[in-house]
Amino acid sequence: MRFVDEYRDAGRARALAGRIAESCRPGRRYTFMEVCGGHTHTIYKHGLEDHLPSEVSLVHGPGCPVCVIPMGRVDDAIHIARQPDVIMTSFGDMMRVPGGSGSFLDAKAAGADIRMVYSPLDALKIARANPDRRVVFMAIGFETTAPSTAMTVLRAAAEGLGNFSVFCNHVMIIPAVKAILDSPDLRLDGFIGPGHVSAVIGCRPYEFIARDYRKPLVVAGFEPLDILTSVHMLLGQLAEGRCEVENQYARVVPWDGNRIALSAMGQVMRLRPHFEWRGLGFIAHSALAMAGEYAAFDAERVFDLPGLRVADPKSCQCGEVLKGVLKPWECKVFGTACTPETPIGTCMVSSEGACAAYYNFGRFSREQMSAAAREQEASRP
Amino acid sequence: MCLGIPGELVEFGQEHEDLAVVDVSGVRRRVNVGLLADEGLRPGDWVLVHVGFALSKISEREAQAVLDYLQGLGQPYEDELDALRGSDIV
Ligand code: SF4
Repeated sequence: MRFVDEYRDAGRARALAGRIAESCRPGRRYTFMEVCGGHTHTIYKHGLEDHLPSEVSLVHGPGCPVCVIPMGRVDDAIHIARQPDVIMTSFGDMMRVPGGSGSFLDAKAAGADIRMVYSPLDALKIARANPDRRVVFMAIGFETTAPSTAMTVLRAAAEGLGNFSVFCNHVMIIPAVKAILDSPDLRLDGFIGPGHVSAVIGCRPYEFIARDYRKPLVVAGFEPLDILTSVHMLLGQLAEGRCEVENQYARVVPWDGNRIALSAMGQVMRLRPHFEWRGLGFIAHSALAMAGEYAAFDAERVFDLPGLRVADPKSCQCGEVLKGVLKPWECKVFGTACTPETPIGTCMVSSEGACAAYYNFGRFSREQMSAAAREQEASRP
Repeated sequence: MCLGIPGELVEFGQEHEDLAVVDVSGVRRRVNVGLLADEGLRPGDWVLVHVGFALSKISEREAQAVLDYLQGLGQPYEDELDALRGSDIV
């Protein structure tokens, strides 16, 4: 257990914080985005921002799969769930995500058969056990989760299961990062790259960020020290004038990713021309749909969907939070109208969402928080 | 949902080549190891389990570090474990 002790060692964290401070050029400000919601969670839970010098700020990225599902897709899923012979299955995180007219939880209370599953394979099991019902799996997630859906569909196809389909909402991290890089709102100095997504896609897909946008990226693990180490690595690159993709999480992430996972995704899914992300709008080639060969397992073809676009609520500033432009507490409804129990926006639903993470672990009192928000407001040009 | 939970491979499933039994914090569950078919997995190996699939092979040291970290997370980890307990993959 020595390894663990090392990792939990507050002394090491302090030493690292010291080295981070030394790596900053006086007077220069550094803004790094942690792309992944898992990292956001660690940062708030451990108050990592307190270990960083004032020159370094971390902003949160779009890497929370629940947070980016647009309202219209939730409504479509509920429409499917309301068909009389349907059993809708979904990860627990999805249950409270608000659509235009309520969430899965509301639809379930109104009589729809919606069941929480841990794995898409659980949904497959429900389909086998209920041959007279149509079982649909609400698939969400980045490349971490998409291969599991793909493998499940391959399994269903091999078994010739006729009553199972997938409502595919898988999204991809690279187009989202590119959209953020191309957006004029934010000046970033580098990225803390997602850990488990990278276990699937590897590190190569990030190379354009270093090459074309001249920003360093470090793929990072989820421990507090992983994140501090990654910040130090980013600063080191900047100090030496390098822009590269580095892998801090090589103990889990192979440079080339997972061949089998990528090929299963490639076989079962195809790129959508565009997909709407909550708060971010339409992003080209940013999501996956079921491939034509697997049409029989594609809920979008099996069912007639309303497919309506529903605008985000006016008070919701999730888009700004997902792009890292606003901190959660700067949203006007944060902690008042919008809480984990009554979320207005998606960032408040999943424990990986920046707003929920901040709400749960923010060590500020509400008053301090609004004071801080006012201060930020006043200092904005 | 993006949490990966470390599990120790106990045995390979009889039903299906991609199935294996893992021990996750004392909970024995079947998981699909098809994504790691290239890794030459053997009983005693540790894997990171994500939504019922083994996503990466990891070292025992890493597994212990991750478990320790997850336990520190509290509720999200409990929720994930509960979900895993309720799951019955075949
Ligand atoms: S507080 Fe609620 S509405 Fe505001 S950004 Fe966060 S989740 Fe969205």
